[in-house]
Amino acid sequence: MDLQEYFSLVFSDYTLRTITLGTAVLGAVTGMLGSFAVLRKQSLLGDAISHAALPGIAIAFLITGAKDSNTLLLGALISGLIGTFWIRGIITKTHLKPDTALGLILSLFFGFGMLLLTFIQKQPNANQAGLDKYLFGQAATLVESDVWLMAIITGICLMVLLLFWKEFKILLFDADYTKTLGFNTKFIDILITTFIVLAIVLGLQTVGVVLMSAMLLAPAAAARQWTNSLSTMVFLAALFGAFSGVFGTAISASQNNLSTGPVIVLVAGVFVVFSFIFSPSRGLLFKQIRFIKNRRDLELHKTLAFMYDIAETHENISHPHAIKILNNFQGFTKGTLQKLVKKDYVKLNGNMWSLTEEGFKTAANLYNQQSNE
Amino acid sequence: MKQKIAVQVDDLTVAYNYKPVLWDIDLEIPEGVLMAIVGPNGAGKSTLIKSILGILKPIAGSVSIYGKPYEEQRKLVAYVPQKGSVDWDFPTTALDVVMMGTYGSLGWIKRPRQKEKKAALEALEKVGMLAFKGRQISQLSGGQQQRIFLARALVQNASIYFMDEPFQGVDATTEIAIINILKELRKAGKTVVVVHHDLQTVPEYFDWVTFLNVKKIATGPVKDIFNDDYLTKTYGINYKVSIQE
Repeated sequence: MDLQEYFSLVFSDYTLRTITLGTAVLGAVTGMLGSFAVLRKQSLLGDAISHAALPGIAIAFLITGAKDSNTLLLGALISGLIGTFWIRGIITKTHLKPDTALGLILSLFFGFGMLLLTFIQKQPNANQAGLDKYLFGQAATLVESDVWLMAIITGICLMVLLLFWKEFKILLFDADYTKTLGFNTKFIDILITTFIVLAIVLGLQTVGVVLMSAMLLAPAAAARQWTNSLSTMVFLAALFGAFSGVFGTAISASQNNLSTGPVIVLVAGVFVVFSFIFSPSRGLLFKQIRFIKNRRDLELHKTLAFMYDIAETHENISHPHAIKILNNFQGFTKGTLQKLVKKDYVKLNGNMWSLTEEGFKTAANLYNQQSNE
Repeated sequence: MKQKIAVQVDDLTVAYNYKPVLWDIDLEIPEGVLMAIVGPNGAGKSTLIKSILGILKPIAGSVSIYGKPYEEQRKLVAYVPQKGSVDWDFPTTALDVVMMGTYGSLGWIKRPRQKEKKAALEALEKVGMLAFKGRQISQLSGGQQQRIFLARALVQNASIYFMDEPFQGVDATTEIAIINILKELRKAGKTVVVVHHDLQTVPEYFDWVTFLNVKKIATGPVKDIFNDDYLTKTYGINYKVSIQE
């Protein structure tokens, strides 16, 4: 199947449609919530949560013996939440840095989860296979009820986000100040964190424990490059996340052997790289272009200012002077001189130059403009 | 004349781990003063403000604002945190940050409307930043960011203002602009408490001063107690300032 075939099939083929919808919704909700994680400088939190969810999956299987995704994800949710609040506890109760606490919980829970998985695999039970799909995810196992669950949780998440928008924003920007205004910052914090855990757990089946944090971070990091408004950033992150889901599914479905989770993450990565380079205000490309342009302007201004200093001493500002009294220290080259002529600031006449009225005025205002910035 | 007490601190002790940062502080701040809190680094100046505001939990002691606990009086209090305490690359505008000052009176869930926006614009004008209302906050200079923080507190329309080093890293123009606003606040009968570092300007800017170095060294009118004696006690070195008569 090639890409074209995929897009013609996506509306008619049940499985394909389910998977595409699922990954799109998942991308949207993780992108949305990822914005908050990124702005709180808790980028690693997602990684810790997803790894912390693994033992929950194994324990849920051991207790119930069931393999339906809802039971297992409930287990994942519980152990994800436990891991998260342990991290919070470690950070507030001890003097360990957040990254230490995150790393500690991440590896402890993941290690324990792996231990349980191997234990389960050794059991003489035909039902055991397939739990390891949660490590790297397997979008193909998504069924309609999974997608419904994702959609409902995304809907709730969206409502809470709209309802507590102002509280979320101020907490993200200035937590101490929020406290002095009388808001229960702990409640807002727990609300955000709980939804982040929920979103991550939802994605485990599709993207898996190991790669899940990228779904949280990549769309948000990409979105941040394009805007200076929080609402636009959250919206863009959701959009980038959804597109990563759709494109990722399309690419993996059209190339038979590619597993969906990693492809989705890579597509999200492409969004990030593209944004880092091509964003007009923060992107590397335009930054470099602006840098070069500024340097050229500065050279021009230097020459113009030097000419101004000379012209100022004469009653007639357009009194001609020899070109050779300009020198390289003033940024003077033939090129800059030509540019000044083009801008109508300077007139050339053989070996002599003279300032025009406009050039004189511009030069006089050069420093004023800069100090007004 | 007996002045009303705006802020009363009793036996306040705060510790990080085992190390006391504030030790048994008793402090009365009279209504309507413009007070500087001075002391060396690590003296607990910011901690004192944060404990009064309920951001930090003291291990002992109590704070009251006009005779009642802070929780009941928080609408009377506004706070200007240290400029470095937030991430100025946060995606938001100057106006939006100032609007945050209205969130407290709005309460949960309710959104700011025209009335709040108008108040925020007025505050921006007061600090001379109206022209920058739509500017992304990372594109403001340090002094401008400080003014934005001040405007956010002004919007709260409080009776008591706590400011943590509002003059840090600002140029002379901004410093004058800020001190003029503080003096205006005092004229309007407000109480202003400022963590301050520049000892030279204390007599010029403030009428009340508290010397702090883990313990409270002294508190009172600048003209009575701002002298070498207390400065030496606070800073531990032989301190000499020339106070203009």
